[in-house]
Amino acid sequence: MSTKLEKVDAVVIGVGWTGGILAKELTQAGLKVVGLERGRYRQTDPDFQPPHIHDELRYHVRYDLMQNLSRETLSFRNHQEQTALPYRVLGSFLPGEGLGGAGVHWNGVCWRFLPYDFEIRSQTLARYGERKIPDDMSLQDWGLTYDELEPYFDQFEYTCGISGQAGNLQGETVAEGNPFEGPRQRPYPTPPLTPSYANLRFRQATASLGYHPFMQPAANLSEVYTNPDGITQGACVYCGYCQRFGCESYAKPSALTTVLPVAMASGLFDLRTHCNVIRINVNSSGNKAVSVTYIDAQGQECTQAADIICLNSYVLNNCKLMLVSGIGKPYQPASGTGVVGKNYCYQASTGATVYFEDEIFNTFMGAGALGVSLDDFNGDNFDHSNLDFIHGGNIANYSTGAGPVRSRPVPPNTPKWGSAWKQNLAHYYNRSWSFSTQGSVMPYRSNYLDLDPTYKDVYGLPLLRMTFDWGPNELAMTEFMAQILEGIAKELGADKYSISKLTKHYSIVPYQSTHNTGGTIMGADPNSSVVNPFLQSWDVDNLFIVGAGNFPHNSGYNPTGTVGALAYRAADAIVNNYLAQPGPLY
Amino acid sequence: MKERAEKTSPSLSRRRFLQVASALGLAHLLTGSEQAQNTPNLPQNPQFKAPGQTRHLPRVQAAYTFFTLPEARFVEAAVSRLIPADDLGPGALETGVAYFIDQQLQGKFGLAATWYMQGPWQQGTPEQGYQHPFNPQELYRLCIPAIDMHAEESKGQVFADLSVSAQDDLLAALEGEKLEISPLPQFFLSTFWQILYDNTMQGFFADPVYGGNDQKAGWRLVGFPGVAAAYRGVMEAYYGRPYQVEPVSLADLQAGAALADESGHAIHRDLATGEILSVHPESFKHEH
Repeated sequence: MSTKLEKVDAVVIGVGWTGGILAKELTQAGLKVVGLERGRYRQTDPDFQPPHIHDELRYHVRYDLMQNLSRETLSFRNHQEQTALPYRVLGSFLPGEGLGGAGVHWNGVCWRFLPYDFEIRSQTLARYGERKIPDDMSLQDWGLTYDELEPYFDQFEYTCGISGQAGNLQGETVAEGNPFEGPRQRPYPTPPLTPSYANLRFRQATASLGYHPFMQPAANLSEVYTNPDGITQGACVYCGYCQRFGCESYAKPSALTTVLPVAMASGLFDLRTHCNVIRINVNSSGNKAVSVTYIDAQGQECTQAADIICLNSYVLNNCKLMLVSGIGKPYQPASGTGVVGKNYCYQASTGATVYFEDEIFNTFMGAGALGVSLDDFNGDNFDHSNLDFIHGGNIANYSTGAGPVRSRPVPPNTPKWGSAWKQNLAHYYNRSWSFSTQGSVMPYRSNYLDLDPTYKDVYGLPLLRMTFDWGPNELAMTEFMAQILEGIAKELGADKYSISKLTKHYSIVPYQSTHNTGGTIMGADPNSSVVNPFLQSWDVDNLFIVGAGNFPHNSGYNPTGTVGALAYRAADAIVNNYLAQPGPLY
Repeated sequence: MKERAEKTSPSLSRRRFLQVASALGLAHLLTGSEQAQNTPNLPQNPQFKAPGQTRHLPRVQAAYTFFTLPEARFVEAAVSRLIPADDLGPGALETGVAYFIDQQLQGKFGLAATWYMQGPWQQGTPEQGYQHPFNPQELYRLCIPAIDMHAEESKGQVFADLSVSAQDDLLAALEGEKLEISPLPQFFLSTFWQILYDNTMQGFFADPVYGGNDQKAGWRLVGFPGVAAAYRGVMEAYYGRPYQVEPVSLADLQAGAALADESGHAIHRDLATGEILSVHPESFKHEH
């Protein structure tokens, strides 16, 4: 028995960054919106207040803000010949759960993808020719350009109050900024953060190598900021508890501290937490979504009818809901046909840790996005003619806050326990730090998402199945990057250093990155993408799907800035185009 | 009821109750005007305030509630070799790490409460991760007697009674996957080693409220200040030189034993002089 609920103008599935942005924009346009969030209700005060938020065991190790896998997970294998087995214990990536989503416990690194990213196939062909793209690499343009997305990047950055230094203002290069960034119409809303001592050392060493380091854009605000909606954010206190923690200071923008207060104040937003959507229902001809079915906090099944449905949960769940709802043609790796589940990508990272005998860094101070970056080896910012890969990655040193439950650096070839280990840890804990590559991942025909034939979630639905391994591009690119990192370690004058590289096969066990992408990709062609350049489903025109699932490949950056821009673009398309004339927008 | 209903601006606690109850689908239990008030209303401005203090936290008398006595003896002996007491200070044994592990096993970690534990079960590749129906409680309960049995049969004594060098040899063999205890597959022993190792480190460095890190000895070892202060303006004042303070724990702040600024961040004292080092910065205060 499903309780039928009165039709509303729009339903938002998942109330994190993208759901919050859509809820705000649609309610401001006068629409009545229902928000369905599977996790719990929470807010900055009292949920994220000190001292209890500064608990490394609870939040960093036991994942208090993350998805409870006992209810739902996915299955994983490296390739199709294997049997996928459940991701039973959190490791490689950490999907969030609860109001505000993973945006509550992000580090706050907020990038714009490069102009190259959006036209990656055309630009790679134009510069290097057909042979540069292997047959099994399903590299695609995104169906829109950087310039088309620029106003929405701007909108997201000004909603948050991002702290940073512009490097390219309307085509003019600006000193101290990132010379490789796409042109921006105006500076960042707030100035860059104050660097840590490690940041200063990294900046000095990379500059002397001839690279172009800059204070990276941060959603950890350098000063108090009031955004265009009149919402005031606090200033970061450099407490060092960002990643996997909520921010007590309202200084790390999330949906909770920016867009949701506006949506809620409108009186048009009906938020329902502990409500897990299990299906999007379509009409008999399959071209309109009519309602969503969910299980509420009391365990009761409800069906909410709506004119517009926005699918804004995490990448993985967006793809799963499309598959279990039978919307769009599932991707078939054998033929390369079909689209839902296609081009699953991730992040391929290499890292370096440096150890100094005589320098102290106070690494427990910091902020999630407090870092110095360089883009000299990202995108197509360097010549790939004689390299056996495309793209690359951002290189950065972050001072995120190194509590000793999280971070216990000891030099290579040191024992892992006993008195010798203890002595090394006491010495090096505050004399060591890391820098790393945020490496891109290119799409391969054999890496994809579909439904598991065996394992089920708590609602009886099949788990999503991930089939993924590093491709030749990732292995070659990270080998190249490791050499760059080693050069920086030497230039720093580190007494000891270690370099970590990719393992031959991707493993779901150690934490790497919660930058899962693809599965509901965007594009200009319905035969090779799930949504059009307005994030509208090609098959069901009143369904909009927004998130990093839209990325046809993953760049060498954290995804949130680009995700936020896509959400604003989708909202603009709905409010200013779709409402007047419901139907396909492209 | 009438008086409550006439309030136009509900108290903070009422608002919180209405939000949580509504979020849990209990809106139908609320009165009409309460339902009207329950539109969630996230604060639109930072509203900082001195945190209220809670006052009646007991001093807990510790006792093992999961481990059997032979298990407790094993764990006490093992953690004291992983992090030994030495010239640098107390080790894991002296700081309550065995008790920390006991309490972790007794709770949701021990029961794998947030792990996906549905079958069917089959061993996968190393890249596919943990694929066994045993939760951490069961791994400790299985592997401790196995290792004691091995020690007793090969060395004549259970692990806790071996010399420290024999204990170190046995732990090194466990770590290096060289310990063979028929008929137990190596997989159980290597998983047990990883969990024992991680739990020991967690206990030594997590907040003392969880039972380990007694007297904040783990934090003192590395110079970690514990619960964070507001380091705005302080970070640059300490470029390249150590910020050495009396560490502050959750209990210190909740019980009012350590100073906090108006936003609830710890106010640190210099370890040597007792001087106050960080205060809440002026730039952070602003009108609401």
